[in-house]
Amino acid sequence: MSGPELERDEVVSRLMQARGDALLITGLGSPGWDAAASDHRPENFYLWGGMGCAVMTGLGCALARPDRKVWVLTGDGDALMGIGSLATVAVQRPENLAIIVLDNEHYGETGMQPTHTFHGTDLAAMAAGAGIPVTALVRDDDGLSGLIDMLDGGRMPLFAAVKVRAGKPKPVLPPRDGTYLKTRFRQAVLGPTEAVQPR
Amino acid sequence: MVEGWAREAHGLFRSHGVRQVGYVPDAGLSDLITACEGDNDIRTVLLTSEEEGVGLAAGAWLGGEKAALLMQSSGVGNTVNAIGSIITACQMPLFLVVTMRGQYGESNPWQIPMGQAVTPVLQSLGVRVFEVESDREAADAIEAGLKMAFLSNAAVAVLIGQRLIGAKSFIADVAEETRHVGA
Ligand SMILES: Cc1ncc(C[n+]2csc(CCOP(=O)(O)OP(=O)(O)O)c2C)c(N)n1
Ligand SMILES: [Mg+2]
Repeated sequence: MSGPELERDEVVSRLMQARGDALLITGLGSPGWDAAASDHRPENFYLWGGMGCAVMTGLGCALARPDRKVWVLTGDGDALMGIGSLATVAVQRPENLAIIVLDNEHYGETGMQPTHTFHGTDLAAMAAGAGIPVTALVRDDDGLSGLIDMLDGGRMPLFAAVKVRAGKPKPVLPPRDGTYLKTRFRQAVLGPTEAVQPR
Repeated sequence: MVEGWAREAHGLFRSHGVRQVGYVPDAGLSDLITACEGDNDIRTVLLTSEEEGVGLAAGAWLGGEKAALLMQSSGVGNTVNAIGSIITACQMPLFLVVTMRGQYGESNPWQIPMGQAVTPVLQSLGVRVFEVESDREAADAIEAGLKMAFLSNAAVAVLIGQRLIGAKSFIADVAEETRHVGA
């Protein structure tokens, strides 16, 4: 059996080209580096901690901004730690939320230890079981093109696990000051005044 | 009909513009949950674990909405890393209503350790804790806490004391058909 064929940086760069004005929440570690490398902008909120919380951060944002698409880009380790969130998303059914997991089957940042997906856990099946209406397991280029079409005009909420090679991620570090990232994101979404003058 | 502190809390959520309420149920929270669920301006979000609520609140704030979280004292234990690593690290607002177990008149010994740990655990993460024991105190603290959270980027927890919730919330203790079996 050979491993995944897609490279994470190419996957993320293709996703970001198709992103439009979607808001982006990234899970801790490498998914944030990928997003910073190919599409660093104020509408990116990079989690540097809170493992397991990326999906719910995306849900809170998606419910708050039904006028915007919200994408969560995270890792298999983060998604597994917050697995119950998929059931919570399914109950809420936000029509503007997409969850994309870069499934390298490893805990990348901590030294590439295998995760449960390496041992056979199927995240897309778990998302379907949770009740998320649109799910995909992407393994190759055609699958990725299909996902990009779904992100563009398809139904949401959507969950996709994209199998990517467990290569060493390139360290492209976004800012790490959470207060800065928060205010920058809010300014981009809410405008300069409301961002700092909440009512 | 919802009354007492739960009714006040719901009214204050409305007047302070709380739009998302995340919760894991507790008997002592059922009136407040019912009031929020019946309110078209509030989105209630049923959580599988209290930790999810912290992510929800952070995301809501990023998108410009205010969230409140409702949980039982044991649930505070499930929120620890998310509060420290997201809320405190980013100075985001957080507003918790926690119904207490493990303190005044507790009948389940398994509730006591976490119940006793709630205040020191939250305080060690930088959360301001207001402990209340009457409807009046609860309403005052919820009002003050909502202001502090969303105008001062503070994390605030209002702990609804067991003296206020009352023993009647613990359904198995009072049910007529309850049987006890031993060794
Ligand atoms: C609660 C918690 N447990 C463990 C860690 C250590 N840790 C940091 S990143 C990470 C791995 C994340 O793996 P994944 O989400 O799959 O991302 P990848 O780097 O593989 O893309 C772990 C275990 C942490 N930061 N927080
Ligand atoms: Mg991984």
